[in-house]
Amino acid sequence: MTAIQTARTVEEVDTVVIRFAGDSGDGMQLVGDQFTSTSALMGDDVATLPDYPSEIRAPAGTIGGVSGFQVCFGTSDVFTPGDSLDFLVAMNPAALRANMPYLKPGATLILNEDSFISRNIEKAGYTANPLETGELVGYRVLRVPMVQATQEALGAGGLSAKQVDRCKNFFALGLSYWLFNRDIKQTQRWIIKKFGNKPDVLDANQRAFEAGLQYGKDGKLVDRTYATRAKVTPRGAGVYRQVSGNTATAYGLLAAAKRANLPLFLGSYPITPATDIMQVLQQNRDFCNVLQAEDEIAGIGSAIGAAFGGALAATSTSGPGFSLKIEFMNLAVMTELPLVIIDVQRAGPSTGLPTKTEQSDLMQAMFGRHGESPIAVIAASSPRDCFDATIEAARIALEYMTPVVLLTDGYLGNGSEVWRVPELDELPVLKTHLVTNPEGFKPYSRDSKTLARPWAAVGTPGLEHRIGGLEKEDGSGAISHSAANHQKMTDLRAAKIQRIAQDIPKTEVIGDPDANVLVLGWGSTRGVIEQAVGHLNARGVPVAAAHLRHINPLPSDLEALMRKYKRVLVPEINCGQLAYHLRAKYLINVEQFNKMQGQPFRADEIEAKIVSMPETLSKPVAAANYGALS
Amino acid sequence: MTVVPTANLGLKRQDFLSNIDPKWCAGCGCYSVLRWLTGTFPTMGLPREKFAVISGIGCSSRTPYYVDTYGFHTVHGRAMTVATGLKLSRPDLSVWVMTGDGDAMSIGGNHFIHMIRRNPNIKVVLFNNQIYGLTKGQASPTTAKGKKTKSTPYGSIDPPLRPLSMAIAAGATFAARVADTDGQLMADVLQQAADHRGAAFVEVLLNCVIFNDGTFNHLTDKAVKQDTTVQLRDKEPLIFGNAKDRIVTIDGFRPQVEAYTPGAPIPANALIHDVAVEDSSLAFLLSNMEHPDLPVPVGVFRRVAQTVYDDHYAPKGGDLARVFRGPEAWVEDAQGQISLLGAQAAPATAA
Repeated sequence: MTAIQTARTVEEVDTVVIRFAGDSGDGMQLVGDQFTSTSALMGDDVATLPDYPSEIRAPAGTIGGVSGFQVCFGTSDVFTPGDSLDFLVAMNPAALRANMPYLKPGATLILNEDSFISRNIEKAGYTANPLETGELVGYRVLRVPMVQATQEALGAGGLSAKQVDRCKNFFALGLSYWLFNRDIKQTQRWIIKKFGNKPDVLDANQRAFEAGLQYGKDGKLVDRTYATRAKVTPRGAGVYRQVSGNTATAYGLLAAAKRANLPLFLGSYPITPATDIMQVLQQNRDFCNVLQAEDEIAGIGSAIGAAFGGALAATSTSGPGFSLKIEFMNLAVMTELPLVIIDVQRAGPSTGLPTKTEQSDLMQAMFGRHGESPIAVIAASSPRDCFDATIEAARIALEYMTPVVLLTDGYLGNGSEVWRVPELDELPVLKTHLVTNPEGFKPYSRDSKTLARPWAAVGTPGLEHRIGGLEKEDGSGAISHSAANHQKMTDLRAAKIQRIAQDIPKTEVIGDPDANVLVLGWGSTRGVIEQAVGHLNARGVPVAAAHLRHINPLPSDLEALMRKYKRVLVPEINCGQLAYHLRAKYLINVEQFNKMQGQPFRADEIEAKIVSMPETLSKPVAAANYGALS
Repeated sequence: MTVVPTANLGLKRQDFLSNIDPKWCAGCGCYSVLRWLTGTFPTMGLPREKFAVISGIGCSSRTPYYVDTYGFHTVHGRAMTVATGLKLSRPDLSVWVMTGDGDAMSIGGNHFIHMIRRNPNIKVVLFNNQIYGLTKGQASPTTAKGKKTKSTPYGSIDPPLRPLSMAIAAGATFAARVADTDGQLMADVLQQAADHRGAAFVEVLLNCVIFNDGTFNHLTDKAVKQDTTVQLRDKEPLIFGNAKDRIVTIDGFRPQVEAYTPGAPIPANALIHDVAVEDSSLAFLLSNMEHPDLPVPVGVFRRVAQTVYDDHYAPKGGDLARVFRGPEAWVEDAQGQISLLGAQAAPATAA
């Protein structure tokens, strides 16, 4: 790997948090993507947080139109995209203003000074030019005439002024590569691949990228650059790539179908932030059947039809779509067909904040159906974990003949990290209850271990039978209006879901084994919780953490585990939905910690909360300066 | 893989009747559909397990229980979504949807439009009794204006919609109408629907003896039906009436009835039926013909060959590990040394 070694000083750093921000048409997601994949390829750990408006092109220059891409890259284990920014690349005043709250003290601001003109300054909501008011004192401000430099680099070519302007993101990327000693080859190849069929655009982007690099080399910016330290502990031998949560979810479905030896069917409908799951599978139609349905309801309906025909069937959506699927979820409960329902949660209620993350559909997943309708619920904890969690959802669906809700969220779905690509034969073989023998066949007989009913796929000779939403007679599956039978079937459906707990591994606890406080999380908070607990333990603060993948049923060892601690803290990006459930189920008064800002927790927020709890500090703790964290 | 008939299997109508006795009211038109549906299945050369009868909610939607094939009584209005998913993942099956006017035209209207436009090889039989029967007599989307029902005590104020017009507007490649009382025509229409490659839509004008008794009497009574309906025959004029003495002619876009002398030459302005014409204007015009101004057409309105949706669904398989690696994977050894995979390792020059 050749890095650019022209600066006089190269400072070694452990991890860096940088955010690229600009108008939603400025190509900041592209810049972030390139920076991240290059960093990953150089051996760094990475975690990303794309943050974009729900409008495709909100009015240029306004706060509402700011699109950002944050990446944390570095040597030590990177659990999250980072709490606050070491570096901000801002393409206009709005991008600066929108990101001021996220800056670390002393952060470096790389500003496209050409855009700090009165019109843009006003549109951003500033009354005066922030470069001149002194409000940026305390930050290292690097003013770069990005538009002018890009224009100079491109010369008087055949491109319009607008096209030239659109190349400035590559200038910013080149400059960032110089600053962080990133390897340029990967991006050079990518530019050729992406723009190879438009020679003038290809040439312009290449020139802009080179000009950004050269601008740094010429010493016009700063006299030092940064490089991440070589890794102490390698990731381990294997094939690696960067993967987003939504892609990992789609791959999880493909892998599960392969390992269950079943055809895969996805019925879905476009919805932010879940659409990528459908799109990734559409790109891989050699391995699956994907229906872009007329609505969310048809998405799940078609999946149920495919399940009746013996496919591993799934539907993917987000909050509003999840609401629409509920009637059909109940049909899957009643007919006891295997089905994976993926909800990439977003901020609600109603349309809410479509591009912002939340964990607020937990209650709906658990209980949001008419009738007594138990359903399995599991949650993924990181972008790459979406792959494993999806396979686990499919395993439960097939082994217990039940719909399973898989909860991810916008933060996981759009975020990405480095993933070791598994070999297919490393993955579990998924068993099914498919039957072919007509001898003694009863559609609603039960497997003694799992209480699953047999799966007689349409087309199997001699097993013709009828199912539907009406209550079933135990065993025969015939329509039954018997009072005693309804009680029995209600109990059976509940018992079947509870039996899933027999396969759930022991709950793992990290951190200080003698702590008074256990931080219990679920879903996408895993990274920040582990980071917070790690930091505090390193400073001698006693705290432990456990994380839930299985929400329904909960692990059978959970209650005893919770009772070992004086206090259980439950951080959630909702108003306390898991906390509510835990209190109701175990009569343990857990401590809630909640945030509803469309953003994931920051580790320092969780650290501060833990430290503020009297139970934490009831144990002797070495003095530490917590004030600096907030 | 598509539906492949396996010659004559010796199956009879009785082989397709389940051991559950239908629980429809005595005299209900649903019995007629069951009779002719189970009469059609043995002619298709498929074993029983290859049939799936999918339904929504309503009287029509009890049909799967009475047919000894695979059956799925789903939720209200949404049978076509379940049928679509089943058919796309199992093109080898013969998939039939049993639905009603409330099920398909009201709560399931969206699914109806989109299933029809995609043209999967699915057969849809719509039991149109112009009433909600199972909920005991409320106005449906096909209930006549002014009709008094339990939910419209002062007469329905909603203009009814025509299921056939909906189907044809959505691009139906096969559309037909038949009355429950006309066994011979129903057998013929269901047979043609079964033989059609693509979505086939059959509207059955069906009498509800309890909540809408006699709503189609003007079209089904032996004494008048020759005068109030016309049976469509491909490439033939629309001649009707007890004495075959009336003919439908066309004036611009407006069909009209003229007197006709049996045996006389067909007038130049006569409307000549053509089931296979690609443009659906004629079929749509026919679907708009209503009593009492015009005879109500029955039989096959439209039967055209178009790409069948399920033909697009044929996963070929391949190297899944390659998909997972994608274009940007790299290899690391135990020491953390990184090497690139495949095309990435190529030098960075323009191709």
